[in-house]
Amino acid sequence: MFNVIEPGLHTTFQDGGRKGYQRFGIPPGGAMDMFALRVANLLCGNDQYEAALELTALGPKLETLNTATIALTGANLSAMTGDRPLLMWRTVEVGRGEVISFRKRITGCRAYLAVAGGFAGVPAVLGSRSTFPRGGAEGLAGRRVQAGDVLQGRSLDRKVAFRVLPPVLVPDYPKELVLNAVPGPEANLFSPQAMEAFFSTAYIVAGESDRMGCRLDGPPVKLQVKCEPISDAMPLGTIQVPPDGKPIVMMADRPTTGGYPKIAVLTTADTCRLAQAAPGTAVRFRKVPVEEAVQLLRSHEAGLTQIAQTLAKAR
Amino acid sequence: MTTGEDKKATRYFPIGDSAVVVEFGNTITPQVHALVQKMAFAVGLSMINGLVEVVPAYRSLTVYYDALLTDYETLVAQLRLAEERSETIPLPPSRRIKIPVSYGGQHGPDIESVAKYNNLSVEELIQLHSSQQYLVYMLGFTPGFPYMGSLQRKILAPRKESPSAKVPAGSLGLAGEQTGIYPFESPGGWQIIGWTSMKMFDLGLDPPATLAPGDIVEFEVAGH
Repeated sequence: MFNVIEPGLHTTFQDGGRKGYQRFGIPPGGAMDMFALRVANLLCGNDQYEAALELTALGPKLETLNTATIALTGANLSAMTGDRPLLMWRTVEVGRGEVISFRKRITGCRAYLAVAGGFAGVPAVLGSRSTFPRGGAEGLAGRRVQAGDVLQGRSLDRKVAFRVLPPVLVPDYPKELVLNAVPGPEANLFSPQAMEAFFSTAYIVAGESDRMGCRLDGPPVKLQVKCEPISDAMPLGTIQVPPDGKPIVMMADRPTTGGYPKIAVLTTADTCRLAQAAPGTAVRFRKVPVEEAVQLLRSHEAGLTQIAQTLAKAR
Repeated sequence: MTTGEDKKATRYFPIGDSAVVVEFGNTITPQVHALVQKMAFAVGLSMINGLVEVVPAYRSLTVYYDALLTDYETLVAQLRLAEERSETIPLPPSRRIKIPVSYGGQHGPDIESVAKYNNLSVEELIQLHSSQQYLVYMLGFTPGFPYMGSLQRKILAPRKESPSAKVPAGSLGLAGEQTGIYPFESPGGWQIIGWTSMKMFDLGLDPPATLAPGDIVEFEVAGH
């Protein structure tokens, strides 16, 4: 399928994530922007949680080893096939010997490259083909993509329809974000003033952010009293406040438990938007009650169901 | 049996849009942890629609759910029924696991400062640390990392002020009332007093973690 000429900044395989192993301290992993992953797969006619390549900020350089249908979604990293722009959010046929490369990052932070039929040769570890970085997994199962890797695709005996996501449904990745968050279990450790400040401050996504956590720069959030809560489980999007007062939003490869005060939890739908916030992006949090967060999750999923139905009609 | 008063102590609250915390107390004790374990066991026996997974911790069980398949109120009602059942379900006996440890030396660089902190000799510290049983409260931090407790008051030590960049795999550490083992090389802030050759995590096994919440661990002194 692909011969990796240059690996890019941080290129990994990601799917829907690893479920059922958090009790053993195993992070779920999975695509940071689950929306973009699912759409890439739907475009290719794959299961929406099929493993695809997650590209971060600086894309790889890939030589195509055989004709295939691919779809690229998520961040706009100036993708090219040869010297022509590679169109995003649609299926694209690539021929043998073509070179897919990336130039300047325009918007967003993470792109997803899916191939019709899916990738082969990436073994499932504990039920998932998401890269398992800190568990001793061997080869591509446990590390990012390197130069010289050959990424095989599954052979496909069906013809892949041309599919394109209606442009109105393509997300934009603005430089200023407002993200919905539900107050967390330790919100009461902060004064009402500190909570108000937290929900009105524009934080800046810091450069040290990664798949474990999105670190935020800004005025420190002050604890009312110095205290260390007892560690509990930490869902996706949990916003922890460590002693330095700089919030960290816990993402896909986060530790499964945490003991810093949990001031708020991002809505699931908005974790996809934060995943696209490159360092320097301004982020504000909007306080929502949990009922509204659930409604937002349901409408996010309804939107994806509609996309799946629309794309399934293509023949 | 749980009395009516104890029952009121259990708190149910949402954490985000896809998880519920069932909190049994605000202390780290074997008694509270037994309630967490019983609840995890009872939830496992219940047919709860939309349940994704449960994560036991010191004093809470977090229940992850699919908000498209169920809703918070329905789930909490089902969890409360499971909690009632959990009061009469006997827990299977804890597994007892012995872990060989080489204390001190190059693999336990902090043992002298921990001993000094507690006005003990290194030998006394080793004797105290290896002469009691520990409960595995939870796994977290890195895959397979066990949080075990509780240390006797005589051998407590605070976390390091600045974490070490590289703690080798197999390192035995302590921090506060907890003791733990690093399954993989990683950064870490715990005081390292020894090392074990026992593998804490093996992807060839399912589950891959050697220890599980509820296990009882004893450390055996191995040669340097």
